[in-house]
Amino acid sequence: MVELTINNIKVKAEEGMTILDAAKSVGISIPTLCHMKDLFPTGACRICVVEVDGMRGLIPSCAYPVSEGMNVLTNSARVRISRKTIVELLVENHPQDCLICVRNKNCELQDLSETYSIREHRFVGEKKDHAIDISSASMERDPAKCILCGRCVRVCNEIQKVGAIDFTNRGFKSNVTTPYNKGLNVSDCILCGQCILVCPTAALREKSHIKAVAAATNDKSKFPIVQIAPAVRASLGEEYNLPLGKNVTGKLITALRRLGFKKVFDTNFAADLTIMEEATELISRINNGGKLPMFTSCCPGWVKYIEQNRPNLLPHVSTCKSPHEMEGAVLKTYYAKKMGLNPEDIFVVSIMPCTVKKFEAERPELNQEHLQDVDAVLTTRELVRIFKMTGIDFVDLPEDEFDNPLGESTGAAAIFGTSGGVMEAAIRTAYFKIAGNHLDKLELEDFRTENKVKSKSIKINDDITLNAAVVNGIGNVGKILDEIENGDSKYHFIEVMACPGGCINGGGQPIHAKPEKIRKRVQALYEIDANAKTRRSYENESVQKLYNEFLEEPNSHIAHEILHTNYIDRKSILKRK
Amino acid sequence: MHKDIFKHYPANDRSNLIAILQQIQDEYGYLPEEALQDVASFLCMPVSSVYGVATFYNQFRLTPLGKNVIRVCRGTACHVKNSANILTALESELNIVAGGTTRDKLFTLETVACIGACSIAPVININEEYYGRISVKEIPKIIKKYKTEAKKEISNLESASV
Ligand code: SF4
Ligand code: SF4
Ligand code: SF4
Ligand code: FES
Repeated sequence: MVELTINNIKVKAEEGMTILDAAKSVGISIPTLCHMKDLFPTGACRICVVEVDGMRGLIPSCAYPVSEGMNVLTNSARVRISRKTIVELLVENHPQDCLICVRNKNCELQDLSETYSIREHRFVGEKKDHAIDISSASMERDPAKCILCGRCVRVCNEIQKVGAIDFTNRGFKSNVTTPYNKGLNVSDCILCGQCILVCPTAALREKSHIKAVAAATNDKSKFPIVQIAPAVRASLGEEYNLPLGKNVTGKLITALRRLGFKKVFDTNFAADLTIMEEATELISRINNGGKLPMFTSCCPGWVKYIEQNRPNLLPHVSTCKSPHEMEGAVLKTYYAKKMGLNPEDIFVVSIMPCTVKKFEAERPELNQEHLQDVDAVLTTRELVRIFKMTGIDFVDLPEDEFDNPLGESTGAAAIFGTSGGVMEAAIRTAYFKIAGNHLDKLELEDFRTENKVKSKSIKINDDITLNAAVVNGIGNVGKILDEIENGDSKYHFIEVMACPGGCINGGGQPIHAKPEKIRKRVQALYEIDANAKTRRSYENESVQKLYNEFLEEPNSHIAHEILHTNYIDRKSILKRK
Repeated sequence: MHKDIFKHYPANDRSNLIAILQQIQDEYGYLPEEALQDVASFLCMPVSSVYGVATFYNQFRLTPLGKNVIRVCRGTACHVKNSANILTALESELNIVAGGTTRDKLFTLETVACIGACSIAPVININEEYYGRISVKEIPKIIKKYKTEAKKEISNLESASV
């Protein structure tokens, strides 16, 4: 422990703590921009400067450790002027079109400008002027709005270990961009959107599908249907200051009906369906000497990653479409037929915690007779914008229930939204299919930890012990892939989610999620599972009926046609060696 | 070939990035995109980071140089003698901006901080040759000279190959 003084307040701090954290512990807030918790400080932006007795210049508090007897001023005139100047320079080199900006009222640059009372334009000069990168199906990069904090670069490089973007050039020409400024769609980017979650401004944002959705819900000739991913119901409440981790499914359904959707279905239905297909595929691979380990395929960010980086391992990826694609495919076939609807008129909208799902929805493999399985994807954030626009007072809405048959789901489906959930759900069904009786202890605690890579062996019967692994955060998958390439992987089944923590922390979720928020979201999903009437996918009666009336049995010929897909070697397309 | 350059370095060690880029540039006169990709996989780092470094330092070029490299001095002495006008005149004569190369790859136009020939400001240099106390009016003639030379060379080559 060391003792120091901050703004004349005596502070006890642990050795090695930064001045920033020490100040925070006594209720003194210091602004930061480039600082990222748990990552090594770069000291790049200098907005966090403070005055320290005996030091000549101002020092960045995010990068400087406390020491015994230190005397710190975080709020001296000198500090304030310095911070204010930094903010003024950033503001003057910015488009300043807040009124029409997607991050209006949720922007750190705006906040800083407000905090430091910027009331005039003191610096006038040339502004940077970069084109918007709209090349990808999921995201837009607007470098004119970039304040070069570097947080996206660090998330992409150090956490996701993708490295699609980096600083280029220098001085006035500095820019965060892709190699040769060619655009995200031909870069290493997997569109996970983790960079959007950390961007302080609107320099990174999703590609909006709001217009397409509004057009479809207003078009009398269309039959708009919406489905909701598991993770959305656990996070949306945050945008309305509801208690963290509140499950808002009921209100969400009411709100979506008011938007004009003819049917409100649950992606969880298709998650149960996915489990039926995936567990059957796994068992057949085990029994028939198929490629093992088998990877899950419900995360399109992971699928894009392996297509771009290790196409040689694609035969290890389950051929199952992801749940919302399965839901769309069933809607445009079975459901259309059952209801006497023309599949061409059905417009399927997925509400997702994810940015990659927008890209996925456009994949040409994912269609039924040239109709895309899913027509538009809205992120959790976009949905909130629509609710605002349409005067939906979310908090006061009554609750409603999903339509059927594609609204029924078991607890197993709900936990798809968090890392380890797909694995737990799949094991419940695989166990039953192999052993013939229900698994008694449904919660597999080893898969519920916050570790980045989790594994467990599950004894199913005397012949089969299933070695399973769960990876969350695409940056953590490398070692497992190396093991397979070297032929020494011990696993049968591996779940991979591109986002750290899984979809619950997806790139389409509300911005500025703190770890404690994410934990509450996860809890909400586990509670849905714990309280569900049925908790095993094979107990979903609507899914059983779907097989009886249409799909025959899991992995049948017709199930393959409608619910399975194939992958592409994108490494060759991107000409990567 | 740039792959031979890799032989002198351990794979996976990013600290050699700049040295490798320099050698590649010595080989080709610039850094071809393909070479940057190879460097990235050789050093196990993202292409974006290699590209970032290549654009950070002025010494690296990402496009090949033209046959003739024109450098316009933008130092103080030349500046007071209106070197800005010289630059503009060259830009419009060649139809490129500073830093660019003409489509026919005959000229690359660059600016330099100070050539070190202040006594004859404003000054430009083309390849090895210096043009001092230059005026805007002379520029078309100078450019023409290099164009004619290039044409002559081509026709010589053609007749030689017949
Ligand atoms: S979306 Fe993901 S992969 Fe793409 S730049 Fe952002 S963090 Fe990197
Ligand atoms: S794009 Fe956003 S996160 Fe990335 S450097 Fe710019 S402002 Fe920071
Ligand atoms: S983990 Fe979930 S939110 Fe993230 S990319 Fe994968 S599917 Fe999307
Ligand atoms: S937040 Fe400390 S230097 Fe940027």
